[in-house]
Amino acid sequence: MKIAVLSGKGGTGKTFVSVNLTAVAPHATYIDCDAEEPNGHLFFKPEQTQQTEVYTMIPTFDGTKCNGCRKCVDFCRFNALAFVQGKPKVFPDVCHACGGCALVCPTGAVAEEKRGIGVVSEGLSDGIPVISGILNTGEISAVPVIRAALRAGNGENTVIDSPPGSGCSVMEAVSGADYCLLVAEPTAFGFHNFRMVHKLVSLLHKPFGVVINKTNGVYAPLEEFCANHHTPILLRISYDAKIAEIAARGDIAVTLNPAFAQMFTSLWERIQEEATA
Amino acid sequence: MIIAIPLDETKQDVCVSFGRAPYYLFRNTDTNTDEILTNAAAQAQGGAGIKAAQFVVDQHADTLLTIRCGENASEVLLAAKICIYKAQKGSAADNLKAYDEGKLEKLESFHPGFHGAV
Repeated sequence: MKIAVLSGKGGTGKTFVSVNLTAVAPHATYIDCDAEEPNGHLFFKPEQTQQTEVYTMIPTFDGTKCNGCRKCVDFCRFNALAFVQGKPKVFPDVCHACGGCALVCPTGAVAEEKRGIGVVSEGLSDGIPVISGILNTGEISAVPVIRAALRAGNGENTVIDSPPGSGCSVMEAVSGADYCLLVAEPTAFGFHNFRMVHKLVSLLHKPFGVVINKTNGVYAPLEEFCANHHTPILLRISYDAKIAEIAARGDIAVTLNPAFAQMFTSLWERIQEEATA
Repeated sequence: MIIAIPLDETKQDVCVSFGRAPYYLFRNTDTNTDEILTNAAAQAQGGAGIKAAQFVVDQHADTLLTIRCGENASEVLLAAKICIYKAQKGSAADNLKAYDEGKLEKLESFHPGFHGAV
């Protein structure tokens, strides 16, 4: 089963929940899809890591074949091409590597070449496969790196640590998931962004449940919203300075705290029930 | 010579945005005529600056008066040897006058794009 953990707002505890859930789940692989800022490896500290480069394709133009018809420029809906000084010019950052320019070129003047945009790192942490998508600094779209990271995972169970937000990279991270776990922070800001991802997973017709992290009493708007939308709240994690300290040290709470381990084991079991219900 | 100026909804004032200006004024100084055209790039999902720059190039502009301009657009404009001057907020007419009098400075700093989440 593939479980994607997402949150909308950053800093709600996606990585904390993902890492701890992976650690208690049977035969689970952890995939860090927060490629702009992957940090699951700080907890798992994987060994014998192997790096695989991730490429995207960008078009190149053969000036001797180009007849200046501009079909490629007109076709590009991302406006990644311009036609100046009698030849097409590509803006690699804007290009989505769709390959359309090569298809519409009537003279075969467009070829494609590889451009490295990041790496996928694979290693083991106490037998747990740990995969991280790492986007090169300054790159605009993490989608190809996320896709490559997801492809690298092929275990029985997978926990996908999604990027924050509700944009393209989040959609890519959750696209193949069997179940989505929404981590929510009981604050007005956290609730606002929670509703955005709630809408996203609803649109994608994914089964999903909620973990409220860092609770300090009941945050009524969030609880009422979940009740009104028949969204199950699977777990409430109280704010606890000791747990925060463990996380800040880069340790995995379930390996040190039996009560916590029990809590995440129950969460895992609950997800299995919810996903198959 | 053709001078291009991004215009806002009033069709009179200079638009603060280069790529997403709703209209462009093209002043032909040889015939002393003005033409106001819709900027198709204003509605672009992405790459609006590049598309607007292409539009300006295709209208055979020699000179652009704009408040600001992004890096990608400037690459297209400079490759087409278009001179870019820094416009002042206010009407296109005032800016054309200031340009005529040699009061506008060349725009030499180009900002990184305001790319939304992609």
